[in-house]
Amino acid sequence: MIELVWLIPILPLLGFLVLGIGNNKISKSIAGIIACGSILGAFLIVLSLLIPMLNGTLQATTISYFEWISTGKISLSFSFLVDPLSIVMMTIITGVGFLIHLYSAGYMSHDEGMTRYFAFLNLFVFSMLLLVMGANYLVLFAGWEGVGFCSYMLIGFWYKNQNYNDAAKKAFIMNRIGDLGFLLGMLLILQTFGSLEYSAIFSNTSNIVPNSNLIIAITFLLFIGAMGKSAQIPLYTWLPDAMAGPTPVSALIHAATMVTAGIYVIVRSNVLYNLAPATLEIIQFVGIATALFAATIGLVQNDIKKVLAYSTVSQLGYMFFAIGLGAYSTALFHVVTHAFFKALLFLGAGSVIHAMSGEQDIRNMGGLSKKLPITFITFLLATLAISGIPPFAGFFSKDEILAHAFEKSPLLWGLGLVGALMTTFYMFRLFFLTFFGTFRGTEDQKHHLHESPLSMTIPLAVLALLSTIGGFIGIPEVLGGNNWFKHFLTPIISSTHSESHLLSHSTEWILMGLSVGAVLLTIIITYIVYVSKKSIPSPDHSSEGVVHKLLSNKYYIDEIYESIFVKPMYQLSQLLHQFFDLKIIDGIVNGFGLTVNKTSARLKSIQDGSLGFYLFAMVGGIILILIFNTIL
Amino acid sequence: MNNFTQLIAPNLNNYIILCSILFTIGVLGVLIRKNIIIIFMSIELMLNSINLLLTAFSVHHGESSGQVFVFFIMAVAAAEITVGLAILVMIYRNTGSVNIESLKNLKW
Amino acid sequence: METALLIALPLLSGLLTFLFQENKAKQISFLISIATFINALYLAFNYCSCTLFNYDLNLNWINSLGIHFHVAVDGISLILILLTTLLVPLILLSTFQSPIKNAKSFYFLILAMESALIGVFTARDAFLFYIFWELALIPIYFICLIWGGENKNKITFKFFLYTLAGSLFMLLAIIILYLNNPARTFEIEQLYQVGRTLDFGTQAIIFWSLFLAFAIKMPIFPFHTWQPDTYTTAPFAGTMLLSGIMLKMGIYGVIRWLYPMVPLAFDFYAHYAIILSVIGIIYASIIALMQKNLKRMIAYVSIAHVGLISAGVFVGNEEALQGAIIQMFMHGINVVGLFFVIQLIFERTNALDMTSLGGIRAKAPLFTLFFIIILLSSVAVPLTGGFVGEFLLFVGIFQYHEIIAAVSGLTIVFGAAYMLNSFQKVMLGEANEKTENFKPLHLTEKMLLIPIVALIIIIGVYPKPFLKISEPAVKALIEIANSTIPLNH
Repeated sequence: MIELVWLIPILPLLGFLVLGIGNNKISKSIAGIIACGSILGAFLIVLSLLIPMLNGTLQATTISYFEWISTGKISLSFSFLVDPLSIVMMTIITGVGFLIHLYSAGYMSHDEGMTRYFAFLNLFVFSMLLLVMGANYLVLFAGWEGVGFCSYMLIGFWYKNQNYNDAAKKAFIMNRIGDLGFLLGMLLILQTFGSLEYSAIFSNTSNIVPNSNLIIAITFLLFIGAMGKSAQIPLYTWLPDAMAGPTPVSALIHAATMVTAGIYVIVRSNVLYNLAPATLEIIQFVGIATALFAATIGLVQNDIKKVLAYSTVSQLGYMFFAIGLGAYSTALFHVVTHAFFKALLFLGAGSVIHAMSGEQDIRNMGGLSKKLPITFITFLLATLAISGIPPFAGFFSKDEILAHAFEKSPLLWGLGLVGALMTTFYMFRLFFLTFFGTFRGTEDQKHHLHESPLSMTIPLAVLALLSTIGGFIGIPEVLGGNNWFKHFLTPIISSTHSESHLLSHSTEWILMGLSVGAVLLTIIITYIVYVSKKSIPSPDHSSEGVVHKLLSNKYYIDEIYESIFVKPMYQLSQLLHQFFDLKIIDGIVNGFGLTVNKTSARLKSIQDGSLGFYLFAMVGGIILILIFNTIL
Repeated sequence: MNNFTQLIAPNLNNYIILCSILFTIGVLGVLIRKNIIIIFMSIELMLNSINLLLTAFSVHHGESSGQVFVFFIMAVAAAEITVGLAILVMIYRNTGSVNIESLKNLKW
Repeated sequence: METALLIALPLLSGLLTFLFQENKAKQISFLISIATFINALYLAFNYCSCTLFNYDLNLNWINSLGIHFHVAVDGISLILILLTTLLVPLILLSTFQSPIKNAKSFYFLILAMESALIGVFTARDAFLFYIFWELALIPIYFICLIWGGENKNKITFKFFLYTLAGSLFMLLAIIILYLNNPARTFEIEQLYQVGRTLDFGTQAIIFWSLFLAFAIKMPIFPFHTWQPDTYTTAPFAGTMLLSGIMLKMGIYGVIRWLYPMVPLAFDFYAHYAIILSVIGIIYASIIALMQKNLKRMIAYVSIAHVGLISAGVFVGNEEALQGAIIQMFMHGINVVGLFFVIQLIFERTNALDMTSLGGIRAKAPLFTLFFIIILLSSVAVPLTGGFVGEFLLFVGIFQYHEIIAAVSGLTIVFGAAYMLNSFQKVMLGEANEKTENFKPLHLTEKMLLIPIVALIIIIGVYPKPFLKISEPAVKALIEIANSTIPLNH
């Protein structure tokens, strides 16, 4: 089956081309079939590779197709790499991608732009596959930019609304800032190793001095790229705004796949990162800071998608935290489980929004559990999973991260736990406010409440199943498993001390118990606040405490960026144009012309047109010539 | 011929002085007078002073070429006066005056 | 002989347009330009990489001064000839939808310009090069002057004088080289030899003289102020000629005439030229952020893009030069595409101010698709043509200096900002009374946009043939530039 690898990205690309070219002529249902079919086809091929990879009959393979950019010293080919890491990512992208496509067929069925929607969704899957399948950084970069572009098109999908377009633009530009870092990192790699092929780079690191400026620069530049794509401080503000896109887009791009590309890049480059502990320290710091920072904002948001968005930022922070601890496979494990439960949460939120005719404010919801039973149950499972309740998927990955943190220092473990508790709090707050209590929306909305169609509930059910059992691929030794997932990834992760547990089983048991207990306690508190006491978040503009105001305004980060970067840039632009360009530079150029003009005006006055003066000048001239001739 | 030469020879200085005076009068006339006809006449005076000088030197050196030149100059001067006076008439018709001050349009 | 034919074909057959009626002129000239393109394609397919210079033609012209009519085609020339002969038919096509006064003269001037441009790209004799260089200026001057817009007299005059002044410096440099050439010819190969034997001071004079001429043409900051005005005032076809092809004359000049000519001065002063180029990138990008007039915005964008190319050329390693050459080609395609998009919008809405537009996307989906692809290429998204050149340029510049590469890399951030800004203002949002009746694309408009978009994607995915064409020529130039430098300064 390995010969068919090229079909995996080509199928979605074909889907894009067919849908894109036949935009007007294809009916909605056919568009849905084409889009879902192409992804399903790709998924089946991925499965046919995954199974032999699991059996061990398929080894990591690089397939080179053609020379892409080659001149002088550089020779970059268009090639794919199939190994455990890329297979895991491909499985998520095509698998979760297929479910979300299926869901979209129901969710977007009322939208006139459905064909266009599916076209870009397919293009996104193509780009994302390119990103994870590339065997060198350049192909990865092609996918990297491609997903950024698709994200732009899909965030601004309802392009008549300029606010959405602003959000899309912001996402693209912020990503591009990261891309610049990534590009420079690539250039530095190319200069250092003379190649961008993974195989050539990772096997050639013997000359690199660990923790030298060079390797720190390379890894840090790549990390800047990851910050942009995976929404880490300081480049995270685009992700909450990106919720302007249709909800399935948020699920696919801004939760399950694209935003994890940054983690993928670093895990892929783990050989380099192991040589740069200083960068890992930075990543660890940025990761935990983002995790906590975003979680605090999430505590007070009232838009159902915004809560999930900040939750995503926070969870991504967790993944970087894990990477910073050197636990690459754990980070990837969390990527996998997060893809399941966060996609499910977004799709569930989409189902709720669908039922509420577009309403996104949780203060206007409530009591939906009876009207939307399937959504309710699946949402509950996902919430349990993200909170880290055993045996749901999130428990295993989060617990592993916390265990690694404790190895490093108990303080980090504490911070991680605080983040987890905040996550639990805002997720259950969201859950209780949405599904419990009494309905607080308008009569019109109440009348219209309905469970979503089958094409939407089936993906919910499948993802709920995965969120429940997905963690079993990585049961740690202490619980009697053998952490199969980690073993699967061993070939691509260069061993470091922190990959293997140093903690004794008893310590692990204690930690686990502590965190689960704290989480349960948080759930109970949340239950008391939002269900027993029925407290509802106050409406906007009401008088609130300073902290609450700070949080609900997201620490005013957007405003700060606006006044530090955006406005000065526009002012500078005006200044440069109006003053520097037109007055100074063009003034100098025109000055040359003006000088000639002025001189000629002076000389012109001599030539006043009077014949008498001309005669006089002529005679005077002759006399002068005579005099000069006699003298000289 | 020789006699005439001898007759004139000691007086060459006188001719030169006379011609210089005539030429200067011509130049001053051109520079000072405003009437274009007078200016023309002054130009003629300058030409004729030169003619006289050429003739004198021709006799002095016993060469005939100087006198040939005089004939040429007279012919050219006649032609020049014809054209010049014609222009002058046109100027008078256009501006109604022969004052040189009225000719102020010779500029860009 | 083939080269001379290629040069003469548009000019001579362009005279044919005068034999026909006014309304036939565009078809006739279009056919001529297509014939020229086919001719160029024929040359490209028969191009033999066995020798560096194909289709060499060397005739005595003015014997007493040692001036030859010497033209030949190498890889770099070939790319630019292909660009010229491809863009001219497209530019002619762009004029099909709107009536033009004095059509015969207009089309003849465009064809005449094509001849002169091909001449510039093939000349191997400095004097001939100078002649073609100036010849190319005359038609575009009249095109801008006669068919231009608001304030055309003053702006065209400034443009003409400015570039002419630059060319005079080039003439000075050529004369210095000639006078130092014991063989008393203008042959480029000999001038290469002459240039490197000169002392440093003379080399410096030659360097800066040539630099001025080329920098004004491109234009490099701070010699750019003629350009936004001229682009804005010129008719669309003129703007496309100027930005698509004519500014490549400057870059080509640097590659062919400056880079290998005076190695000592180049090594010493290239740094300053690179810094100017990079300042230009940032400077023009920042200004482009706030431009309201679409033409003026693209003018500044073009300065930014050209700044990157020129920085690469002055860096002068193989990656950068190769990147510069392919980027010259792609920049031509992109910028003509962008200006055509603007022209389309202008013809339908009579507006160039982007704030007064909006909502076109809903009215013209196909047009939007074309626009997006051209836009992606101009912001250098991978798998579009714009990426290949820009990446190679970055690789080259990065080898020269990391910080300079990082600063010039900001162009990818700014590029996204100004392009998406204008895209959003023009295409997205609700339609207003100007854009409400936006008509779909005509056949001729599709005929123009499809080749552009196809090339963007083809070169983006598979640039190898293009890179291979210019590779030997670039290698040869680098070899000349690095050949033994006499140490007698």
